[in-house]
Amino acid sequence: MLITTKRMIKGGFVSFWRNGFLSFSSIVVLTLSLLVIGGLIFLTGMASAYLNEVRSQVDVNVYFALNAPEEEILALQKTLGTLPEVATVEYVSREKALEQFKEEHKNDTLILQGLEEVGENPLPASFNIKAKDPSRYESVIKFLQGPQALSKSGSALVEKVSDNKKLLIIDRLSLILKTIERVGIGIVIVLVGVAIIVTLNTVRLVMYTRRDEISVMKLVGASNFQIRGPFVISGAMCGVISGIISLIVMYPIAYYATRVTDNFSKDFTLMQFYIANFSEIFIVILAAGVILGGVSSYLAVRRYLKI
Amino acid sequence: MIYYDNVTKIYDNEDEPALHKVTFAVEPEDFVTIVGHSGAGKSTLLKMLIVEDEPTDGAVFLESTNIHRLARRDVNKLRRRIGVVFQDYRLIPNKTAYENIAFAMEAAGRTDAEIAADVPHVLELVDLSNKMWSFPHEMSGGEKQRVAIARAIVNQPDIVIADEPTGNLDPINAYEIIRIFKKINDLGTTVLLTTHNKGVVDEIGGRVITIEKGQIIRDDPNGKYIL
Repeated sequence: MLITTKRMIKGGFVSFWRNGFLSFSSIVVLTLSLLVIGGLIFLTGMASAYLNEVRSQVDVNVYFALNAPEEEILALQKTLGTLPEVATVEYVSREKALEQFKEEHKNDTLILQGLEEVGENPLPASFNIKAKDPSRYESVIKFLQGPQALSKSGSALVEKVSDNKKLLIIDRLSLILKTIERVGIGIVIVLVGVAIIVTLNTVRLVMYTRRDEISVMKLVGASNFQIRGPFVISGAMCGVISGIISLIVMYPIAYYATRVTDNFSKDFTLMQFYIANFSEIFIVILAAGVILGGVSSYLAVRRYLKI
Repeated sequence: MIYYDNVTKIYDNEDEPALHKVTFAVEPEDFVTIVGHSGAGKSTLLKMLIVEDEPTDGAVFLESTNIHRLARRDVNKLRRRIGVVFQDYRLIPNKTAYENIAFAMEAAGRTDAEIAADVPHVLELVDLSNKMWSFPHEMSGGEKQRVAIARAIVNQPDIVIADEPTGNLDPINAYEIIRIFKKINDLGTTVLLTTHNKGVVDEIGGRVITIEKGQIIRDDPNGKYIL
């Protein structure tokens, strides 16, 4: 068994070098297939960063009644923070809201004058709530409209939750994000499927040119394992080389794509994504190459072993 | 002993049978020449023996075993007991003469030391030591056929079958190849050889089976080429 495995590996390497043109053809097609997979990794990374950014910009503002006691608002903040749907709850006190308002309108004397004429602080305390997922705002809002958001005296603490238009937008956005994710998964499956089929067909063509060789091996009494082994090793080698070529080619792609998509997202560049996730991408591309090359060869040889 | 028992072979989409109720036996150490026109069924007859083809009816026995009822693994073992030589040599193109012969030994599970000892020896036997590291495309037809013979005999098989081994060779090379087969037979190996070359049959002598349209029409112990 050990001798057979050793011979099989040696045979795979020798076959790879001596069938230079066929190996080259396999490498070209495998590289293209792996670049499709690499491109999908980039697109998924970009889409995911963009969707996360959109998600992070979605929030709900909750305005409290002017007479709502601050300690009860702070207690509600704590309770909200424990909800699984909620990512962050930022409390803006009435004083801070006034301060921010004045800062925002520091050049508008008319407004500042009006504010002074009112005398007391007209602005309510508020929460800025960010949910873990836009689809979860509905349950957060329900919670704020429920008995948990009543004061000890029984009056409602919450005066207003954002505005209906914003809630409608959040609703739609949530639906769009889900659809994009589903369509994205579908596109990835289809393209990976196409890459596999193209590779399989190319390797089948390569094996077709070597079918006589396989039949001779069978007729001298070689077992299927002895025949298949070198072909699978050779296919896996093509996969490794294609993987390395793909990883090298993906670098300038990431570089130029970063320049082209400069304004795409404020926190995301393809180059950073490629470098930060290089070890994972390396493993995925190399494993895909080895599996595509090896399994394609395994399957392609099979039909010529039936002698 | 090899025994063909009422073997009939009808290929798909063919009206006429390639072989029709063929029965004959071959004793160990015999040299049997099978003659007939192209398409007479000679190659089909040999393919049956290496389980490359299945009979539509009848059976082929090697000793007392019906070889078409063997499990896949046992078919491989059977093929290691039979050396095969084809008209078109069928050498593995990306392997040297040495590696082509070594592959047959590897298939039979022989060790590296045995391979290193036996391959040069068998190449010497077919007078091809100088081409040990040549690839098939660097050899002439006669040289390729001698490598194919070396590959067929390297595992010291009980039987060697040769399907038109001189079909692509000039008379001088054909004579050389026949001389090698006779030498192999003298060493105790059963040889079954097909040909439609009268000169080859006359050179070999011995038993001649003549096939016409899938049927044996003559089986002479000291036959001649009569067609």
